[in-house]
Amino acid sequence: MPLLDVKNLTMHYTTKMGDVHAVDDVSFAIEPGEAIGLVGESGCGKTSIALTLLRLLPDNAKFLGGSVLFEGVDIVRIPEEEMRKIRWRGISMIFQAAMNSLNPVYRVGDQIIEAIQTHFPIDYQAARRRVAELFDLVGLAPELMDRYPHEYSGGMKQRAVIAMALACAPKLVIADEPTTALDVIVQDRILRRIDEVRKELNMAMLYISHDIAVIAEVSQRIGVMYAGNLVEFADTVTIFKNPAHPYTIALMSAFPSIKGEKRKLQGLPGEPPDLLRPPSGCRFHPRCPYATAVCTESPPEYREIQPQHYVACWHPHLGRS
Amino acid sequence: MAEILKLVEVRKLYPVKRRVFSLRVRDFVHAVDGVSFSVDKGEIFGLVGESGCGKTTTGKLIVKLVDPTSGQIFLNGQNVVLIRRGKPLQDFRRAVQMIFQDPYESLNPRFTIFDTVAEPLMIHGVRSLSEREALVAEILAQVGLTPPETFMFRYPHELSGGQRQRVAIARAMVIRPKFVVADEPTSMLDVSIRAGIMDLLLNLRAELGISYLYITHDLAVARYMCDRLAVMYLGKIVELGPTEEVIQNPLHPYTQALLAAVPVPDPTYKREPPNIKGDVAAPINPPPECRFLPRCPKAQEICAHSPHPPLEDAGGGHFVACYLAGTWKNTA
Amino acid sequence: MLISEKVKIEPLWKIRLRLAIRSLRRNWALFWESRIGPLGLGIILFFVLLMIAHPILMATVWDPRVYDPIVGFDRALVGRHPAPPSWAHPLGTDPIGRDVLSQLMWSTRSEFALGVTSALITVVIGTLIGAICAYFGGVIDTIFMRLADLVMLFPFIALLMVLRSVIHLDLWRLALVMGILSGFGGITITLKAQALTVKVKPYIEAAKVAGGSAFHIIRHHIIPNIMPLSFLYMMFNVTGAVFTEAVLSYFGLLDIRMSWGIMIHTAESAGYLGAFGQYWWLWAPPGAAITLLCFAFYLVGRGLDTVVNPRLRKR
Repeated sequence: MPLLDVKNLTMHYTTKMGDVHAVDDVSFAIEPGEAIGLVGESGCGKTSIALTLLRLLPDNAKFLGGSVLFEGVDIVRIPEEEMRKIRWRGISMIFQAAMNSLNPVYRVGDQIIEAIQTHFPIDYQAARRRVAELFDLVGLAPELMDRYPHEYSGGMKQRAVIAMALACAPKLVIADEPTTALDVIVQDRILRRIDEVRKELNMAMLYISHDIAVIAEVSQRIGVMYAGNLVEFADTVTIFKNPAHPYTIALMSAFPSIKGEKRKLQGLPGEPPDLLRPPSGCRFHPRCPYATAVCTESPPEYREIQPQHYVACWHPHLGRS
Repeated sequence: MAEILKLVEVRKLYPVKRRVFSLRVRDFVHAVDGVSFSVDKGEIFGLVGESGCGKTTTGKLIVKLVDPTSGQIFLNGQNVVLIRRGKPLQDFRRAVQMIFQDPYESLNPRFTIFDTVAEPLMIHGVRSLSEREALVAEILAQVGLTPPETFMFRYPHELSGGQRQRVAIARAMVIRPKFVVADEPTSMLDVSIRAGIMDLLLNLRAELGISYLYITHDLAVARYMCDRLAVMYLGKIVELGPTEEVIQNPLHPYTQALLAAVPVPDPTYKREPPNIKGDVAAPINPPPECRFLPRCPKAQEICAHSPHPPLEDAGGGHFVACYLAGTWKNTA
Repeated sequence: MLISEKVKIEPLWKIRLRLAIRSLRRNWALFWESRIGPLGLGIILFFVLLMIAHPILMATVWDPRVYDPIVGFDRALVGRHPAPPSWAHPLGTDPIGRDVLSQLMWSTRSEFALGVTSALITVVIGTLIGAICAYFGGVIDTIFMRLADLVMLFPFIALLMVLRSVIHLDLWRLALVMGILSGFGGITITLKAQALTVKVKPYIEAAKVAGGSAFHIIRHHIIPNIMPLSFLYMMFNVTGAVFTEAVLSYFGLLDIRMSWGIMIHTAESAGYLGAFGQYWWLWAPPGAAITLLCFAFYLVGRGLDTVVNPRLRKR
């Protein structure tokens, strides 16, 4: 049974100007211990999905359909008290720009202890020992437990936040752009550490990023999101060597690389759509070089075109490399 | 090839006040510490490095947003450090412009697009309104905001990030500068939009005959955009040379580590971890020996006992600041 | 996302006018949503009506010999002044026989004049100094900030008392003095703080790189971006000015002939304030007027706050 099974998740934000179609009919599954990447540009819905999984959405978020089964329990429908038990113990999250989520007036160690003691009835000393273990795990010196966030560098703060996410040994960790604000050498270290920890603790991870290079390195399977839809989902090699959705293909050619032949980059014309009034039919059709009449009329079905390779497109490319 | 910009031993030191009542300032942040390079006419010169290496400060020194503590900056042979006010300063401002990183904050939210792009024209004496309108329409079309009339009287918040950055580019180009400093112009934009902006900058180089200093932390972008590159670390240039040469054959251990750390969008490529230890230090009162010594995996005795190595020619326009660069080639 | 419109280039002033109207409409909608803003505006409108009504009444229904707010006298009620409200005098008469309602309505004009003038002067000075201090920093900043500290600590009323003994302190002079003094006070600190948030924005750097002089940047970039806040503070300053005048008049420190404060002062110096309930029409109407007008401007200020501060909006 998959650890996390998302089926037809649909979620909108209600605003004064109408409904923002943030997440529409998204389905995917994560097995225990697996690393999944979710890639897409700003406004594609990936952060909204993450917040939905933790039920941390703002008040104007409207859940419209589908289910999210975590270990068989539909966590979208359970009451808040039940969700509180799952939050951080079953699923935890590393937020975007997480270094800003450390409270500046408390010692870092104490903040993690607070997270632990909320979920486990252990005393302060036992919690401190646990924090020391966690610090060791993420590569922070134990003395740093008693320091304040402003005494940490950016990379150190990020590690502290990762330690906090791991504090209750969750089964699934969602990492939303965990290294975006960091320099490339620190990023490399942190990503390697996260991967080691994941394998050590047999944790599942959902990496969210706009950087396909990072996603390529850390994920076993990748989901590509565009304008609130999951347009393609397959294992990492397939996504890179055999992408089927035109958006995925375009994304691959929009990234410069330091390896390989130097080639001309292809950007995409136009802009991501306004989710208040998404385009009719397939949301990508205004920017798609292969769009036909059917693409403007009906949204394509999300289906399995090859074993374990899912696409939502009327004209998916097959057998391309 | 004619040189358009030349920096000679440019230094920018910021004092750090340590004691409250002490009048003597003893500590300095060496943001830019003896940087020398030149840019040829029509060239795109890249400045790469991690945060705190001094690349943004170098950019600001070139456009005279800050003044250097010492050193000279030559534009077309004229030392611009001496220019302080009056007509020479206005002429300088016509010739050198800047594109900023943040498309959301580099446009005044109360100015229409026309106001923003016309501002440099107004400052430099284009009195006639119709002439300003025509020039603004022309440059907006050139940066891809067509038809220009539909953009001229909108406000920044009505435009997307990519469009705003095009406006920022239009503003920089409208007075036809000779040299433009681009400070991470695509790092805050969506991936599918970046290629368009980068290609726009490349096209404008050809159409308007502009030379660029392209500042970025992203080596892949630097590879795409720049003809030559300089790698900075703690205020100094550690390696400099033609882009492809530096990227395929890095000679300085820092460059090697940096390149090794860049994620590669190819799942079949097995990337080895970069060979480097420690973290970046703040460049306060740096010691006289090689700045990279505490982190260098290949340091030898000579590195601890000599001053910071000068940039030396390794052949083919490829310079490196390392005493041991000659002892290895192509091994990381 | 972008509605493509077919727009020809019309004359620039027309376009700017249209944009200004559009922005005014939007700001008005926001102001209206705040609820308290329109309430305050309504109260101010009420006072404006009072102000307009007075000369009309004086020219038609009211006999100037009786109803003039300063020199009127009702012979019919001689010996019974201050007379309680009646049909002839809806708010009664004051100790020297003048109609209270007429006084109230007449004074509205000077209260508005005083409040708005004083607030305008304060805000113009505060904005300029705040912008200059923020942009230049250094010595200029230090001087004005220390000056502001001094002004805030200074016993304002004591100064006015001293001033009064030297010059004739009428309404306009008072407005000028209050305006200038407040202008150098706390408001410069607040507006400077706001100007600082503008100064560090990249578009200021862009303007410098484009060749803009300090004057150009302060005038075109900094001041327009702090003006919404200035306008907001102006409302609160009107409140302060009106209230200060009332206090000073009450203490008999001003050389004004008629104002709401003077009305209360007249009642007090004639000895009628002791018995609170009995001669209520002498102090309640002017007191209520002062409170209401101050409250109205305060509400307008809070309403404007939601326009200026996006985070305070209801949506």
